[in-house]
Amino acid sequence: MMIELDGVSVTQPSAPDLSILEIDNWSVADRQTVFVHGPSGSGKSTLLNLVSGLLECREGGVSVLGERLDQMSRRRRDRFRANHIGYVFQRFNLVHYLNAIENIELARSFSERGDRRTGADAIRPLLESLNVASREWHKPISQLSMGQQQRVAIARALVNRPELLVADEPTSSLDQDNRDTFLSVLMSIIEEHKMTLLFVSHDMGLAQHFTQVQALSEINRVA
Amino acid sequence: MFLKIAIKSLLNRKGSVIMSLLAISVAIFVLLGIEHIRQQARDSFASTVSGVDLIVGAKTGSLNLLLYSVFRVGTPTDNISWKAYQEIAESKDVAWAIPISLGDSHNGYRVLGTTPDYFEHFSFGNKHTLEFVEGEAFEGVFDVVLGAEVARTLGYALGDEITLAHGVVSTSFSLHENSLFTVVGILSPTGTPVDQTVHVQLQGIEAMHAGSESGFGGAASYDQSQLEADELEPKSITAFMLGLKSRMVTFRLQREINDYSAEPLLAILPGVALSELWQMVGVFESVLRLISMLVLVAAVLGLGAVLLASVRERSHEIHLLRVLGAPSYYLFFLMELEALLICLAGIVLGTACLYLCLAFLGDSLFANFGLHLDAGVFTQDGLVILFFVLAAALTAAAIPSMRVYSQAKAYNVQ
Repeated sequence: MMIELDGVSVTQPSAPDLSILEIDNWSVADRQTVFVHGPSGSGKSTLLNLVSGLLECREGGVSVLGERLDQMSRRRRDRFRANHIGYVFQRFNLVHYLNAIENIELARSFSERGDRRTGADAIRPLLESLNVASREWHKPISQLSMGQQQRVAIARALVNRPELLVADEPTSSLDQDNRDTFLSVLMSIIEEHKMTLLFVSHDMGLAQHFTQVQALSEINRVA
Repeated sequence: MFLKIAIKSLLNRKGSVIMSLLAISVAIFVLLGIEHIRQQARDSFASTVSGVDLIVGAKTGSLNLLLYSVFRVGTPTDNISWKAYQEIAESKDVAWAIPISLGDSHNGYRVLGTTPDYFEHFSFGNKHTLEFVEGEAFEGVFDVVLGAEVARTLGYALGDEITLAHGVVSTSFSLHENSLFTVVGILSPTGTPVDQTVHVQLQGIEAMHAGSESGFGGAASYDQSQLEADELEPKSITAFMLGLKSRMVTFRLQREINDYSAEPLLAILPGVALSELWQMVGVFESVLRLISMLVLVAAVLGLGAVLLASVRERSHEIHLLRVLGAPSYYLFFLMELEALLICLAGIVLGTACLYLCLAFLGDSLFANFGLHLDAGVFTQDGLVILFFVLAAALTAAAIPSMRVYSQAKAYNVQ
């Protein structure tokens, strides 16, 4: 199992009685592409933060790649995330005053894994496989189009060869064409690197591409 | 990568970064500048006279005596008799004696009447004796030796003839028209009041005054060559300096002079009087230092404010870094590093500006204030100050750094 949640409860820090997530049992097998849908504010991001080790739950077991995140120290969880989990957001995926290469180097700097080749050598093929032209690599990110930025974001998420990729509404800021491009690129990469994908969105139109489709309300008792 | 982010982040916010950088460099300029000037002024001051064991004058305050005899500042309240001088100068303990007479001026510069011994025995700083850049000490009654500054500003050369006036006023009504003196020597710069002094023989002063007694604008032209030597022996002088055969007798001789029965005399040790004077200045020094520290506090608070403002703009960046695996303390140190970089840049700029200022203004400061400043700002004290500035900056930056840290941690608890 790639992900396993067991008896998990996440509450609001300001109001410990208010539950955001109550999950009895949920799992994702290796190499699945999971689509979780639900309306905004229903706790989708919270679920992703939990799985990536950013968030602590009040009780329950969170297991990723067979390792119990809830039993790790914060520092270990941070390292685990850098090494094994790639994360793509809807926006603000990249540091705007760095260029594409530097953004990816930044992600690399937090992990001991990833390509042992020196910076540019490891990053170039990745950007090329994502159809980001080389003339864009050294421009500040803000000068790239949204579509290009999102593709650079994927590269950034992949550079440390994570086993799990988490995506939080990554296409919601893109137009139709870019959305299709993004998804096809994403799926082929997931396939190629034998990764597991956890994708969260409110756009049901995308569900067809995934092997496992679930509503958040099926997973989370509170939603 | 850590350093790279910090640098690029700062470059991305050039406007506010440059402002706080400038504030810090101003603070550095003030801090180092004041410290430097303070130190140099003290050294300059202390080196005005050395090698003189006692200075003797009429019974007035010791600071007063020091000020007018060495610094040519203020007016002597009273004179002392030539007899008293001769008696003491002939004492067995005395190695040499230099009488001086003040009270006249030339174009605003003080005239000092003395003997040729002055050029031989007077020393300043690190036992430097007076040297001539041109000419030599006076011999004749109407010979004059100029201090470096006088010659330079008034544009005099060897052989020039000048007139001297009574009283320290550049446009004086009692101009001794007949007192023409010839420049026979120009001294090399000393960084002391010697540079601003016009030196003549004691007899020259007497001749000048004798000439005026014959009436103002008198018809008869006064033939200087008719003056007899003994007519020109001074009856009183302002003060005299003593070099003793042995240091041991200094205090005894000082006491004897202070107790001199024939007239009220005061003998001072220049070193002692100088440190008394410097203590008075000490309060002023402390105020200056305090002010410069306050300037630093202001600059450093400005730096903190700029960084604190940036935290709000960078919340997405902080979140991203956390997601990438950065621990919360990474963010803390990133902010501190940015503060450090701004501070270092400010230090470099401030120090460079100070260095340039001293290099360019050094000459005019010397000319106008007799203040000799070298451009050597890198003293041990200077380094302590820089260290202190860095510490202050890092401390002020702790507030935005803590803010960033707690914001980073907040993602743990959503």
